[in-house]
Amino acid sequence: MSDWPRVRLHVVTGKGGTGKSTVAAALALALATEGKRVLLCEVEGRQGIARMFDVDPLPYAEQRLTTGLPLKGDGRPGRPGVVHALHIDPEAALLEYLAMYYRLGRAGRALDRFGVIEFATTIAPGVRDVLLTGKVYEAVQRNSRNKGAVEYDAVVLDAPPTGRIVQFLNVSNELAGLAKVGPIKSQADTMMTLFRSPRTAVHLVTVLEEMPVQETADGIAEVRDVDLPVGGVVVNLVRPQELDPERAGRADAEEVAADLSAAGLDADPALVGTLLEEGREHAERRALEQSQRALVEELDVPTYELPRLPQGVDLGALYELAERLREQGMA
Amino acid sequence: MRVGPLTADGAPALDVDALLDDRSVGIVVCCGSGGVGKTTTSAALALRAAERGRKVVVLTIDPARRLAQSLGIGELDNTPRPVVGLDADARGGLDAMMLDMKRTFDEVVEAQASPEKAKQILENPFYVTLSSSFAGTQEYMAMEKLGQIHADAQRDGTYDLIVVDTPPSRSALDFLDAPERLSSFLDGRFIKLMLAPARGPARLVTAGLGMVTGALTKVLGAQVLKDLQTFVAAIDTVFGGFRQRAMKTYSLLQDDRTAFVVVAAPEPDALREAAYFVERLSEDRMPLAGMVVNRAATAPDGEVTADEAMAAAQRIRKRDPRSTTAGLLRLHADRRRLVEREARLRERFAAAHPQVATAVVPALPSDVHDLAGLRRVGDLLAAGGATAS
Repeated sequence: MSDWPRVRLHVVTGKGGTGKSTVAAALALALATEGKRVLLCEVEGRQGIARMFDVDPLPYAEQRLTTGLPLKGDGRPGRPGVVHALHIDPEAALLEYLAMYYRLGRAGRALDRFGVIEFATTIAPGVRDVLLTGKVYEAVQRNSRNKGAVEYDAVVLDAPPTGRIVQFLNVSNELAGLAKVGPIKSQADTMMTLFRSPRTAVHLVTVLEEMPVQETADGIAEVRDVDLPVGGVVVNLVRPQELDPERAGRADAEEVAADLSAAGLDADPALVGTLLEEGREHAERRALEQSQRALVEELDVPTYELPRLPQGVDLGALYELAERLREQGMA
Repeated sequence: MRVGPLTADGAPALDVDALLDDRSVGIVVCCGSGGVGKTTTSAALALRAAERGRKVVVLTIDPARRLAQSLGIGELDNTPRPVVGLDADARGGLDAMMLDMKRTFDEVVEAQASPEKAKQILENPFYVTLSSSFAGTQEYMAMEKLGQIHADAQRDGTYDLIVVDTPPSRSALDFLDAPERLSSFLDGRFIKLMLAPARGPARLVTAGLGMVTGALTKVLGAQVLKDLQTFVAAIDTVFGGFRQRAMKTYSLLQDDRTAFVVVAAPEPDALREAAYFVERLSEDRMPLAGMVVNRAATAPDGEVTADEAMAAAQRIRKRDPRSTTAGLLRLHADRRRLVEREARLRERFAAAHPQVATAVVPALPSDVHDLAGLRRVGDLLAAGGATAS
């Protein structure tokens, strides 16, 4: 059973280098079961989705990306859902926005000709974020009245890093200093209503190291501070767990040598020494991880763990990670 | 030459100590994508240079709290502060500073405009948002501060080496693009448009302009438009001087006395960004000293391959499912695979960029948050070019 049955908008953030894009992609796959339709959005112009899923760079248009996990709600095999992808580009979003809400017609094109669009999307403070979040809002709020557009059961946003997330989502505040009244202001307010509702969850990705864990704690406090709903913490890149650190750190040389010989390996002292050394290092790192894990647990939000995959993350690995998230109830 | 013999990956080795000892180098810029340990690398290079006799200032952007405290810059006050606790034999010195982008921006405005005009600008709501939250301001301000510190150091002889940590940009290139973007902002049609009414002759007020202002009023409201117009008119004079200085800083970066160090981690994304940066630096004729690859997995001793280790682990598990030896073999296999994967990534990088001198720094078990830790990273940096050869 999912921990987030009411959530339609999953915002995934995290410190740089923690793998938030990987987690966002895996979450989208995990949510796309039983014929559900999920939209995976990216906003930072990196084309990370295209790279992860090994497809051509995405245009500013929703397109079918892949099928999700072939599972039913109870985890038994079932019909997969579909993941769509959208690369949100601020300039295109602004033109679309103006066309949709203001019917500016020729004036809209004049804006482009006079460089207003370029100005608004690259320089004007806050506007860029409002446009990006505005498009996400539109995808979440879509209903049967929007003819021809796909309705989604869930939207996953690969959001900016933890340091920028509050600024990014807290759009009405960003604009407050500039537009105190007027149509943009009221639209930002409507968007905030969704972002602050139980239909949104801001998930934070971390790794079990001091700085990312600290930043996650700070991030949670900041997100709560502006009344945005904190979701779960995904602990990524966790070292293999099956070997008990106590035993790994205090393995017996003779026993290891005997096991190696029995398994047909040349049990020379150098190999035994290497293995014991690796065991001690593993124990040391696991102990450090454990102390960070205790701090993550103190955060008092649901946590999910994903393993470090020695071969790196490829398309197959994304499905593997999606299954892990599903097993642990994130989707 | 700071480039040593070839490393195992085919890349020449980066001799960090030769770089830091080279008195002709006055600026070291560390750049790279977020989360690769750029700030730690900058601080470690600065400390090592200071303890090798240079008078150094390190300009950091967003250090982790405890690292900042250990450098004595717990407070963000935009002024270099001496770092206490250097090696007693050190003949050099180290100051550290954390960039306060809003304050730097305010100082530029105050220095460039009349007091009355400065007040008008500082209070404008567009200025307030632009100076504190606009993506890109940090890059402009890092350039500005570098230019200032460099000019001061030249004048007063305070420092002979400035180490710069670049902002964690959305794109690693924002730092280099700052002057260019600023110029295109100022020369942009929209700015000209907004300035037109303030500058007088009504001949520019065409039908097109009327339509644009009409549309903007409709979307933004009249007050916003008025604020924007005031802001643009007021900031124009200030930016003129700023642009000039930004261009000057840009040519300073191209000078032979500057050395760029690209920081990366052995991950596809980080190396892709690094490759992008290396290409861009050469296009812009910026002097690249080399690349630092942080967080590298270290190869275990011995000849046993990942596949052999996994096969042996399986055989042992058949007899004893909870065998510690099997677990150790599995660890060994994982580590071998990780090392192979990283080596492959670095080889691919070296094949495409054979000229880039590289230092490989092994992953540390814990974060660095004191001078002893930075010193250790400095040792590893110096050894990272040497032992890799």
